[in-house]
Amino acid sequence: MVSDVGSAPRPGRKQAPRFVAGERVQVAARPVLGHCRTPWYVRGKRGIVIAVHGRFRDPERLAYHRPGLPAQILYKVRFQQREVWPSYRGSNADQIEVDIHEHWLEPTR
Amino acid sequence: MHEHDDHDHNHNHGHPHAHPPAQKDHDAGPMGAYEVLEEALRSLLIEKGILSAEAIAAAIDLMDSRTPALGAKVVARAWTDATFKRHLLKDTRAALLECGIDIGTIAEFATVENTPEVHNVIVCTLCSCYPKMLLGTPPAWYKSLAYRSRTVVDPRGVLSEFGVELPPQVEVRVHDSTADLRYLVLPMRPKATRGWNEEQLAAIITRDCMIGTALPKVAPKAPAARAG
Repeated sequence: MVSDVGSAPRPGRKQAPRFVAGERVQVAARPVLGHCRTPWYVRGKRGIVIAVHGRFRDPERLAYHRPGLPAQILYKVRFQQREVWPSYRGSNADQIEVDIHEHWLEPTR
Repeated sequence: MHEHDDHDHNHNHGHPHAHPPAQKDHDAGPMGAYEVLEEALRSLLIEKGILSAEAIAAAIDLMDSRTPALGAKVVARAWTDATFKRHLLKDTRAALLECGIDIGTIAEFATVENTPEVHNVIVCTLCSCYPKMLLGTPPAWYKSLAYRSRTVVDPRGVLSEFGVELPPQVEVRVHDSTADLRYLVLPMRPKATRGWNEEQLAAIITRDCMIGTALPKVAPKAPAARAG
C-alpha cells in the first residue's frame, strides 16, 4: 500500500475511494495494449465490492518504469461464477473474487 | 544403479549394458538471452556498489527459509487461539508480525477462512503470485497454465483432481491474486483433532491446505491418542 512515496513525485491530493463495500460495480469492457492486471474474463461483468484494500501504485504505469502515480484504489470485487461464465458447471452460489483497480470500475444502475 | 552386480564394474568390459540417462547439469549448454541479461545486470549492480553478492545471497537465504511449515504454525495457532484468529483475518500482516514473521513490503497479505459454507481456493491467472514470504516458493503446478486457467472456470473440476470433492451446498470461492495482495487460506480444523496441541495440529496442515487444493486430514492412527 502507498503510505509515503519517498523521493517519487507527490501523488497529489488523496482521492477518497469512489466505491464502498457492498456497492454494485461493472468492470470496464475496454481493450488494452500492454501490461494490465484486470483479467479479460471479468471485463464487462458486474460484481459487488467486498473490500477496499487501499491505495496502491498503478501497475499499468509501474510496468513501464514509471512511478505508478497517481496511486489507484484497489478493490476486492466478488462476481457470481454464472455471471462470469454463462456455461459454468457448478453451484449457482459459487463465486470468484478479483482484485481490481479503481480506474477499471464503473457504477452500475 | 547398474543392472548387474555379479562382476566388478568398469567401463572397459566391452559388452553393452544399461545405464540410466545421465541427469543434465542445469547450467550445461549455452546461456539463454534472459540468463545473460540477469548476469549482466547483477554484475553491474555489484560493480556499481548498489548491491553486494552477500546481500543477494542473504535475500536468497531468506526466501529459502520460508516453507509451508511456517504457514502451518500460523494456522495451528489460529485454530487454538480465537483472539489470534480474529487478528489474522482482520490484519494478516500485523498478526504474522506478532508470530515473529515479517512478510516484507513487496506485497500485502490477506487471510480467507474456510467455513462449513464456503471453501476458498487461490490462483493467480496472470502470472504466479503466491504468499512466498509465508509458504516459500510455489509448487510447479501452481504456475502451470492448466491450473491457472482451469481454476477460475472450473474450480470444482480442478479440486476434484486434487481429491477434494465438495458437496454442492458448499460454495466454492476462487480468489484470483491479480494485484498487490497475496492470499492465505485458513482451513477448517477437523473435529477429530480435539485436544491436540499446536505442534500436532501443524503436522496435518499441508501447503495445499493453505492454497485451498486440499483439506487437512487426520490419519487413522492419529497422534491424538498420545499425551499432549
